[in-house]
Amino acid sequence: MHIAEGYLPWEHAAAWGVASAPFVVHGARALTREVRDRPENTLLLGASGAFSFVLSALKIPSVTGSCSHPTGTGLGAILFRPPIMAVLGTITLLFQALLLAHGGLTTLGANAFSMAIVGPWAGYGAYRLARSLLDRRGGTMPLDVAVFLGAFVADLSTYCVTSVQLALAFPDPDSGFPGALAKFGGIFSLTQIPLAISEGLLTVLVVRLLRQSSRGDLIRLGVVTDARVAREEEKTK
Amino acid sequence: MKRSTKINLLIVLAVVLLAALPVVLGMGDHKDEPFAGADTQAETAITENDPDYEPWFSPLYEPPSGEIESGLFALQAALGAGVVGYMFGVKRTRRRLAPEAADTPDEPVGAAAGAPAAGPGR
Repeated sequence: MHIAEGYLPWEHAAAWGVASAPFVVHGARALTREVRDRPENTLLLGASGAFSFVLSALKIPSVTGSCSHPTGTGLGAILFRPPIMAVLGTITLLFQALLLAHGGLTTLGANAFSMAIVGPWAGYGAYRLARSLLDRRGGTMPLDVAVFLGAFVADLSTYCVTSVQLALAFPDPDSGFPGALAKFGGIFSLTQIPLAISEGLLTVLVVRLLRQSSRGDLIRLGVVTDARVAREEEKTK
Repeated sequence: MKRSTKINLLIVLAVVLLAALPVVLGMGDHKDEPFAGADTQAETAITENDPDYEPWFSPLYEPPSGEIESGLFALQAALGAGVVGYMFGVKRTRRRLAPEAADTPDEPVGAAAGAPAAGPGR
């Protein structure tokens, strides 16, 4: 759930916009280069953006008794690296801000910073870290685990950033920033935990299906790096 | 059933359970409005922390009713799911029509066999 239209003071809204802009511009360049240099990836690229489109449209009930939605940015960050998701995530946010009155134009910078920038980078970092720790073991399970962690972290970190952004703008009258962070964290981050697990599982599912249907793509993208991992997969069939 | 298919079905089942259990177990019962959006709750919290705050901009377009809004959300999900499904359909078909060589996991062969198959699909 993104910060609603007009719900950030304009100084904050402008600052987050300035912070996000370079990432989105850099991402747009990366996206253009990817489409021009590797047209064979375009279909998968479109599907990664579409995955984010689907997941951020699904409002799912959570253990806190409220609803929120996943972000779907982990998959694209893992497959195409985070800069490209800065653009695809921002497009999703723009669609929701313009047509659904969900999120907003004035809060687009702040929402892009959380969902399209920090989320993908944190998720990609978690994925790379998990891969480097688990890769030695080989087999398919480690890849699933790394993908799960990547998507889980991308989803959850997005809403942690949202909580920080709101706590900075609206500190608690008594306890200041920490009190407000606990409050907004309780609303966004706690709600998000089961959803982040769901997003992790769905992302694992997509990568598993991709390994069956288009292993060539995954090898080209460096997700399945060595033939050994692919061969391990043959055995488990 | 193949082992990988079983795992995939279990993943789907887990996701369904994660979404359904909070509702089935009545985890929203303690709230005035169960399962409202987290963003609506955040707006309330903002007003608590800063009672004088007035949103200084309102959405250019707002769906006139909840029905239309949920319809637009469904449209967003349908568009996304359509593209994802199309991609899997294309990949699956290409793999089926590609020569057997595409199945060998060795990198150069897999990549080379994938490339020519990309031609007729476009």
